[in-house]
Amino acid sequence: MLRVDIEKKLGEFSLQASFTSEGRVIGLFGASGAGKSSLVNMIAGLLRPDRGTIVIDGETVDDTVAGIHVPTYRRRIGYVFQDARLFPHLNVAQNLDYGRRMNSLASDPAQHKRVVDLLDIGALLDRRPGKLSGGERQRVALGRALLSKPRLLLLDEPLGALDEGRKLEILPYLVRLRDEANVPMVYVSHDVAELRQLATQIVMLKQGRVTSFGGVKVLT
Amino acid sequence: MLDISPAEWTAILLSLRVAIIATLVATPFGIALAWLLARRDFWGKSVLDAVVHLPLVLPPVVTGYLLLLTFGRRGLVGAFLADHLGIVFAFRWTGAALACGVMSFPLLVRPMRLSIEAIDRRLEQAAETLGAAPWKVFFTVTLPLALPGVLAGMVLGFAKAIGEFGATITFVSNIPGETQTISSAIYSLIQTPDGDAAAGRLVIVSIILALGALIAAEWFARRATARLHGN
Repeated sequence: MLRVDIEKKLGEFSLQASFTSEGRVIGLFGASGAGKSSLVNMIAGLLRPDRGTIVIDGETVDDTVAGIHVPTYRRRIGYVFQDARLFPHLNVAQNLDYGRRMNSLASDPAQHKRVVDLLDIGALLDRRPGKLSGGERQRVALGRALLSKPRLLLLDEPLGALDEGRKLEILPYLVRLRDEANVPMVYVSHDVAELRQLATQIVMLKQGRVTSFGGVKVLT
Repeated sequence: MLDISPAEWTAILLSLRVAIIATLVATPFGIALAWLLARRDFWGKSVLDAVVHLPLVLPPVVTGYLLLLTFGRRGLVGAFLADHLGIVFAFRWTGAALACGVMSFPLLVRPMRLSIEAIDRRLEQAAETLGAAPWKVFFTVTLPLALPGVLAGMVLGFAKAIGEFGATITFVSNIPGETQTISSAIYSLIQTPDGDAAAGRLVIVSIILALGALIAAEWFARRATARLHGN
């Protein structure tokens, strides 16, 4: 479960969002500049709200009145960025293992195999990120986030940097992820088609305000 | 080819020891300072930056004299260290290492700072979202990505340290076997009749060491670029 009720001023722009969601995939929809990324960064703890609360899975991670701000690294979230952000000095296998190491989790070969198979990245394990295509990089980034065993997965326009062909290549993986990985997701996009395929709930943002909230049918 | 005498060997080995110790001790401070200058904004930052670069522009004899005043037997810090910790710098090889460390510090810090500045901070953010506490981010992402720059700084600092002359001779004098480095040995030799051949040999050794260090620094810089592009 995710509960967000925040206000944030960023220069001239002000963001105000309030919603509670039990959905498996919350689609954050809006044009660029609507405040989607800022909102996701706040859920991740990379940005601090001026006022309000954020509750992930029953844990209050932000509460400005009570003075709570759990730092990003303790939020147990996964974050897939538009530009994969794989560590260039580590190979794919080491990138995948990074979250487990940082959280001192026991190694879980079964889970590792499941994620590697799900994303079809078994053949890439020895490679350096510099030798991967954009689509491959994004799949590895997904795997890396999943293997840190997050309780919430944030995806900020994960297909945004890919051309149409590549998008179609990754979308099926995301659908499988939604149906098999059992991790709730927040999926940011300005692409209606993408969200129709993936999201179970939509939060529509316009100029820093939530304009509608509900099922996928609000995307009309 | 080079028929190096025992006395010359003594100076060469002393220079190497002084430069290696100076570089190794200066490196952690250099990394910390480079990170501070690259990443933090604080009051007095430009002053700190200027102070770090001061040895580069001050006459070396001035730096040496200031070291003598501070770390000499009767200097404020020198007396304290000698009385409480038994560490003496004045007229010892340790003093030569201190002088070399101070003189080479600006050169050591610069490549480290540049390589930390060149790191994509979004990678550090990604590490944080994966559960890495700030100090873990530093050791698993920042430092490894900056490593070629760190090594380049160490090599440059070492090259500078091994050639240092003015501050060293002012601070710890020119005592064979204790504080007489290659540079001060050359200085003594060219003032001695018939010292030319020996001075020539040491000159060649210095050129080899300096060139080797520059080539190494260049190689590390190239590695840094490759590393940041993920190849």
